[in-house]
Amino acid sequence: MNIKRQEIEKLATLARIAIDESTIAEVTERLGSVLELVDQLQAADTSGVEAISHPMQGTQRLREDEVTELNQRQALQAIAPDTEEGLFLVPKVIE
Amino acid sequence: MYNLTIAELVRGLQSKAFSSVELTQHFLDRIAALNPDYNAVITVTADQALKAAIAADKRLAAGGAPALCGVPILHKDIFCTKGVRTSCGSKMLDNFIPPYNATVVENFEQAGAVVLGKTNMDEFAMGSSNETSFYGPVKNPWSTDCVPGGSSGGSAAAVAARLAPAATATDTGGSIRQPAALCGITGLKPTYGRVSRWGMIAFASSLDQAGPMARTAEDCALLLSCMASLDDKDSTSIDHKIDDYSASLNNSIKGLKIGVPSEYFSEGLDKGTEQAVRQALSDLEAQGAELVDISLPNSGLSVPAYYVIAPAEASANLSRFDGVKYGYRCEDPKDLQDLYSRTRAEGFGEEVQRRILIGTYCLSAGYYQAYYGKAQQVRQLIRQDFTQAFEQVDVILGPTCPSPAFKFGSKGDDPVAMYLEDIYTIATNLAGLPGMSVPCGMVDNKPVGLQIIGNYFDEALMLNVAHQYQQVTHWHNLAPEGIA
Repeated sequence: MNIKRQEIEKLATLARIAIDESTIAEVTERLGSVLELVDQLQAADTSGVEAISHPMQGTQRLREDEVTELNQRQALQAIAPDTEEGLFLVPKVIE
Repeated sequence: MYNLTIAELVRGLQSKAFSSVELTQHFLDRIAALNPDYNAVITVTADQALKAAIAADKRLAAGGAPALCGVPILHKDIFCTKGVRTSCGSKMLDNFIPPYNATVVENFEQAGAVVLGKTNMDEFAMGSSNETSFYGPVKNPWSTDCVPGGSSGGSAAAVAARLAPAATATDTGGSIRQPAALCGITGLKPTYGRVSRWGMIAFASSLDQAGPMARTAEDCALLLSCMASLDDKDSTSIDHKIDDYSASLNNSIKGLKIGVPSEYFSEGLDKGTEQAVRQALSDLEAQGAELVDISLPNSGLSVPAYYVIAPAEASANLSRFDGVKYGYRCEDPKDLQDLYSRTRAEGFGEEVQRRILIGTYCLSAGYYQAYYGKAQQVRQLIRQDFTQAFEQVDVILGPTCPSPAFKFGSKGDDPVAMYLEDIYTIATNLAGLPGMSVPCGMVDNKPVGLQIIGNYFDEALMLNVAHQYQQVTHWHNLAPEGIA
């Protein structure tokens, strides 16, 4: 499986990971190698096989819709990179 | 004291042969003296450990304390520890101090165990050699120019070097069993859902499971009894009876049916490793077990299926690391997109970035069905292989990994060479089955691991088999040169 440089650039945008221009050829090559590995799947005969997302085909346990979490706003914001008046700060998004 | 097993330490503590404070100080001294050689422990919590030891000694004096009260342990740095940095081996979380404890950490705290510190690991548990850690690689105590395995390499090396009698670990594709094998210790990955994953930093949520590492199966039984719990905070923890893992250790294995999958003894398996594993099978046969040839025909598809499913889940799980709420943030972001993409480029290492990109690719429009959908169908085939095998046999045995510990850098630049290290362990994660690794021999003075795969929730039987094997073999008692 050959992956193109433009595809890597699109993936980097989707994954929100800046890829340095100087490493893009290397990233492309190594990703191509992994995709070659996973392409072995295509040879498997899976006609009529039900896909599973849980290893034991289990279902989620449900619980009563009651508040169980404590309010830990202060503790949680104490470890944030930047906060003000109880809000998380990010660069300006609206001009 | 460092050569005693947990079972022996428990007897010593309860009979007052030594105190928890003495024991804790003993291990803290060993960590201070020896850890610089191995880089297995990345955070030492000496003050907290000694305080916990004083409290444990009080509980022991009062009588009726739980089995693990006063026993020192280490936690893999993937488990959130309140007030103590939890890095997951990443620059992204180098400054992360959780405001809460993982359920596993809480369970040990309730039992009175003493936490000595946190162990090194591959970044976000992605790796089989510990070479991806932000804190530098862990060295294998058996041969310091070799890897300890991964991702729980710090926990495995610490137990092998007797820096602690036990450590917690996690396993997504082999991260407990492979390092246990390479470091010559005993490690158990329980059935998916047996141990709560709350507060355990997520890698691939349908595969991740926590388990114990120690020197013997008997010790793993004690540890698993403490770790296993049904947890309201983890909706994937399963409501299933928890066995008394220590009670059945001495059962006879006469008549036990052991499945030997031909696919696990084919091309790519190191000769010395094969000999050691075959000898272990003969040893068990001599104890009355019966060997049955079986086939797991879809084994060859497990690595490709895993490298779709695990990266896909990782790409979703790791989207939370965005530089906004906690963890690393890049300097001077020019806008929000720049904040996200530079934080993630600078905060994640190469392997983690690669897996996020692969996962993003497999889940992206136009590729989803061909990759993720297909991998989930293959996962069903792999699960069915095991279901059919367990209709004929009680446990399945084989090698844990294809060869003993390899040298740093020897897997080169191709990520796939490293991925094949987990060729015998990945299938059990895909099927959700429990697996363990037990020392079964030495090749070139490096340990070999025997893998024991059980049916769902059959941990007690696996521990029984491992314990019986350890009654007639000495491999688990061997220590690296200069250690004992």
